[in-house]
Amino acid sequence: MTGFILRRLLLLPFVALGVSVLIFSLLQFLTPAMRASLYIHDPKQLNALPDIIRKYHLDQPAYVQYWDWLTQVAHGDLGWSETAREPVADAIRGYFPATLELGVYSFACILALGIWLGTQSAVHKDRLLDHISRFTSISGASLPTFVWGLLLLMVFYGHFGWFPPDRLSLAAGLAVRSPAFHPYTGLMTVDALLNGQWWIFWDALRHLVLPVATLTYFLTAVLVRITRSSMLETLRTDYVRTARAKGLAQRTVVDKHARRNALIPVITLAGLLFVGLLAGVVITETVFNYPGIGRWGVNASQQLDIPAVTGFALIFSGLLVLGNLCADVLYALVDPRIRLQ
Amino acid sequence: MTAVRSSTPAIPLSRTPSPGRTAEGGWHRTLRRFRRNPLSVLGALIVAFFVLVALLAPFLAHPTERNPFMIPHTGYASDPHPPGPGHPFGTTEEQFDLYYGVVWGTRTAFVVALSVVATAVAVALVLGSISGYYGGPLDELVMRVTDIFLAFPGLILAVVIVAVLGQSVRNAVIAIAVVEWPSYTRLLRGEFLRVRDMEYVQAAQALGGGDLHIITRHVIPNTIYPMLILASLNMGGIVITFAALSFLGLGAPIGYADWGQLISLSHNWIVGTAGDPFTFWYTLIVPGTAIFLFVLGWNLLGDAFRDVFDPRLQGSR
Repeated sequence: MTGFILRRLLLLPFVALGVSVLIFSLLQFLTPAMRASLYIHDPKQLNALPDIIRKYHLDQPAYVQYWDWLTQVAHGDLGWSETAREPVADAIRGYFPATLELGVYSFACILALGIWLGTQSAVHKDRLLDHISRFTSISGASLPTFVWGLLLLMVFYGHFGWFPPDRLSLAAGLAVRSPAFHPYTGLMTVDALLNGQWWIFWDALRHLVLPVATLTYFLTAVLVRITRSSMLETLRTDYVRTARAKGLAQRTVVDKHARRNALIPVITLAGLLFVGLLAGVVITETVFNYPGIGRWGVNASQQLDIPAVTGFALIFSGLLVLGNLCADVLYALVDPRIRLQ
Repeated sequence: MTAVRSSTPAIPLSRTPSPGRTAEGGWHRTLRRFRRNPLSVLGALIVAFFVLVALLAPFLAHPTERNPFMIPHTGYASDPHPPGPGHPFGTTEEQFDLYYGVVWGTRTAFVVALSVVATAVAVALVLGSISGYYGGPLDELVMRVTDIFLAFPGLILAVVIVAVLGQSVRNAVIAIAVVEWPSYTRLLRGEFLRVRDMEYVQAAQALGGGDLHIITRHVIPNTIYPMLILASLNMGGIVITFAALSFLGLGAPIGYADWGQLISLSHNWIVGTAGDPFTFWYTLIVPGTAIFLFVLGWNLLGDAFRDVFDPRLQGSR
């Protein structure tokens, strides 16, 4: 097991290399002047264009630029992000907790709702609840994330005014930045509790409701479908029939006997769910103006902030490898019949 | 007629059923299976409707600009106008006509989705046939590359590619094709492996047929149905990805007739005026409905194709 984990972790630098090579080869389609234009903010600076090109070695061959970049990264410097106005590494460190917070809450909601709904759907097959959940999952697959997010925003922010966009309200944002507030983790809800500031906790939670609901709606659909079919299969097996024959209560049979085994194939889906979450975060953060890695990556992409885009791609590919690894390890832990090699 | 024939036991007993009759029977069975599921019919109707709209776009919404894909706009007033005379679906900010955008956006959706599928299939035909037919280290290399591409979230890969290539419809199509080619290549390779060792291919080899001849005349025609299923299941996803790119400001330029673009124009008008919170509902609901129906239609039709053409998957739902 340890060997397997180590070998998979060794993959990480190779994936990072592959991603960076891909980006650098794409960059060769741009002229040096186009790439230098990022650093120019007003027409007076246009004369400095050749200097900028020379300074950042934009006129050098691709492999020279790539080697420069690699040595720079080896020294722990990912470059300067013009959109974040700070070094890329600092920007990632600053934005990551926000994305993590959104991801963790969404993941918990997706798991709870998806497994519960999938189980109920299988137990009450072809009844009203089953039809509703199947209809929801079909429509969930057809409605783009951003349309759903904007709809939620229109109803629950525009009409009711309950759940605003952004991450914190103005007052809470100021309180968080004051020296009295100690940022332990960067996760707003956790920090607020650790500082004993209940109102900031509520404020952060209110801002999380809609983005989490958006992500949950999309990713639950897949989970419900898999849980349902896996449950249907398990409910037909002999040992479940035996359990029923013994006279066990329906609840015990479903929760203790059937569901535990039905969840094994669901875990393989966890990796896929993680991929969906990463992609969903980019859109959701943009819709709700939530200051995380996804929104920063989109802004950087719009403004041709190449160091930021590279950093964004690197962090996402790294997360992906780690997520898939966790899914594989979990799979082996749950089902002893599976051997990792 | 079909019912009578299927109940006669003579068919399975006869050694040489005439090819014409089985083909007809197969076609009838396909249609019957298709019609049995009301959702399939609904999907087909929705897709047929959008095909009609795309074909008749110049008649439904008469183009006034030189490039018919650019939405005409009267004036630059910043706030959207509700549906009314001249603008049946209302206008977005900067007065882009929503009706025109939705109608021509249908054409954009088809053009984008079909170009992506065509590009992905072209790449798959080359790489997949080399990989599946010859095997060996080349196969290994192609498969490992597809592994890397498949592991990456499609949208993020597309965002990064468009970010580097620059914002335009063509670059968005390239980016989505880069995301999509691995699944087509893998499917085609799998089909090649399945078909490669069949008797008729061996017979063609024994008769002295060259590799190219066997691949193009014998193998590829037998891999068409699975490709068709994948493509139809994929159409909706491609359009969503393209719309998402446009929404993020990385796809179609401002004013281009594209649903994602129209939805992104509604972003600032989610909150209505003080008295009426849903003042600007049409800016989101109109293009949102168009994209939802389009994707729903293709998803239903794709499911139907899969059930009809690939009986192995019948029990899995």
